[in-house]
Amino acid sequence: MAKVRGAVVVDKEGCKGCGLCVEACPQQVLGLHRDVNSRGYHYSYMAQPEACIGCSNCGMVCPDTCITIYRVKL
Amino acid sequence: MGELRLMKGNEVIAEAAIRCGCDGYFGYPITPQSEVMETLMELKPWETTGMVVLQAESEVASINMVYGAAGTGKKVMTSSSSPGISLMQEGLSYIAGAELPCLVVNVQRGGPGLGTIQPSQADYFQTVKGGGHGDYRLITLAPSSVQEMNDFVELGFELAFKYRNPAMILTDGALGQMMEKVELADFKPRRTTEEILQTCGSWATTGKTSQRNRNIITSLEMDPFRMEQNNLRFQAKYKELEENEVRYEEIMCDDAEYIIIAFGTSSRICLKAIDLLREKGIKAGLLRPITLFPFPTRIIAERSRQVKGFMSVEMSSGQMVEDIKLAVFDTGRIVPVKYFGRMGGLLPSPGEVVEALENNFLKGN
Amino acid sequence: MDIQDIIKPENLVYQKSKIQVDVISHYCPGCSHGVVHKLISEVIDELGIQEKTIGVSPVGCAVFAYNLIDIDWQEAAHGRAPALATGIARTNPDKVVFTYQGDGDLASIGAAEIVHACNRGENIVVIFINNAIYGMTGGQMAPTTLLGMVTSTTPYGRNVELNGYPLKITDLIAQLPGVSYCTRQSVHTAATVRKCKNAIRKAFKNVMDKKGTSFVEVTSTCNSGWKLSPVESNNWMVENMFREYPQGDLKDVDKLIQQ
Repeated sequence: MAKVRGAVVVDKEGCKGCGLCVEACPQQVLGLHRDVNSRGYHYSYMAQPEACIGCSNCGMVCPDTCITIYRVKL
Repeated sequence: MGELRLMKGNEVIAEAAIRCGCDGYFGYPITPQSEVMETLMELKPWETTGMVVLQAESEVASINMVYGAAGTGKKVMTSSSSPGISLMQEGLSYIAGAELPCLVVNVQRGGPGLGTIQPSQADYFQTVKGGGHGDYRLITLAPSSVQEMNDFVELGFELAFKYRNPAMILTDGALGQMMEKVELADFKPRRTTEEILQTCGSWATTGKTSQRNRNIITSLEMDPFRMEQNNLRFQAKYKELEENEVRYEEIMCDDAEYIIIAFGTSSRICLKAIDLLREKGIKAGLLRPITLFPFPTRIIAERSRQVKGFMSVEMSSGQMVEDIKLAVFDTGRIVPVKYFGRMGGLLPSPGEVVEALENNFLKGN
Repeated sequence: MDIQDIIKPENLVYQKSKIQVDVISHYCPGCSHGVVHKLISEVIDELGIQEKTIGVSPVGCAVFAYNLIDIDWQEAAHGRAPALATGIARTNPDKVVFTYQGDGDLASIGAAEIVHACNRGENIVVIFINNAIYGMTGGQMAPTTLLGMVTSTTPYGRNVELNGYPLKITDLIAQLPGVSYCTRQSVHTAATVRKCKNAIRKAFKNVMDKKGTSFVEVTSTCNSGWKLSPVESNNWMVENMFREYPQGDLKDVDKLIQQ
């Protein structure tokens, strides 16, 4: 069991579905949703939320700054 | 009475800039105006008033340095001569489009191309019709003496700030190199940061505070409807200039049958020419536009009631003559408008002007 | 533990900087510009210099940078940003002035302005986005386009005889004595983003300390222009761009002084 848990909140409308966060995630938490936002992009979301460690890598590489990250130590 | 000195026109531009509280000069050497920057460098105003003086790598750079500094609300200027002013047209268009105040001095020389270093007035079209791209105008002042070279520095800045528009002193190599007695203005301190914030704080890039939205200096507008609104605002400003800022001088025009219209150096020659014509019993007068934009259209229209003809005397192939024709045309009256001039860096002589007027209007009668 | 128990203000570790304007940018999905804008915003915020900073935006995709970072901005003519920055910095020595320029703007049409501003050691930051292509006009050859690289004006690949060599302008800038810090960074992984942010912070601090010109190249991608996906673009950049544009500091006066 991980010593830290994290959560990412993606601003669904701000996401352009570039997929860079999906690539950057070391825990394979993120994926692109099968649905699209109002501008037609498959937005990023937590496909495996329990695996998130709140490392912030996804936020770092996001060109649209649409990811907010939370982390707790267990 | 201010301090009296015998000075070159170019030198007085530098002296007047320092004395009127100018914040910065950015220039590039070119004959026949290099004394402007040379004088500034010798006077070292950065040690006294704090005025910045910088030799740029090109005229393209110097006008853009002016653009940057003007965007912060500073009182800044550049000077050059015709080929260098051509290089500045891009920057001038941006400055006009971004509605920034600044002063540019063009000490004209003959062209086209590298042309000659001798005086000329062939940049009239470039200056008053907007030499760069897009619908814009430069406030244009045409001095005819070293004294006016001095006076128009402060006046140019005043108008530039009043209308948030670039102003140009359109002079030539003869006035730049000529020495005359000049009464200098007293030193005015540069505006303080607080004064700049007060007068320019609503638009200048003085640093975004929590009290206001960010200020953006740009000429870009992607929405055509909003861009047209910008254009309409510029045109309204130019109209206001035409209403309020026309300046000219009339000499012996009240009873004149023939009016010579000339600005700058050529107007000095025509002053002598109208004396010679009067001696011959020809009722000639001189109308000297001081602002070339806005052009003194109204007084020309008024004078067209009384005269038998106008003659434009220019050191070019005849450029201002077109604006005189337009001024007369709009009245519906039919009054001949003729041109006489010399090119290539030559000045017309008073005798040549007299002869041209006689040939145009009096021969064959 | 429920996700909602993690998403609480006290657990916040990463969010959009308040200097970044809360709008959706005009950039294509995956564009490096967005990351660099974010880093500049974070640095301005962390250094507390919002009121002192004046940005100069270029002509190119970043022309609208002024819509995205909440500071005072001036929008320059193509290539002239270093001249504007010179005028601003010289007459406002208390301000922190930076230019933000692409490879067409800085290395082609503005080559004279950037070389002379850096050579005079103007006290400005230069952020140089090098993605080896003209993005805004539709993917034409840039001075930094690699040999063999296909663009809309080199449809058969960049050819030395026809187009000359890629211009390593950052190497050239590093030679100029007015430049105190010159570095080449990228933003394709979380680690390089962190390094790039440190470089941008150092550049801004140098200007606050009046150390002269600080120049940060960010070797970047243009996935629309390169006709690749954002992830493929990053891989292509690592494999091809880094050979021509090796990463790391080219010059750091602070380190030279220490040695």
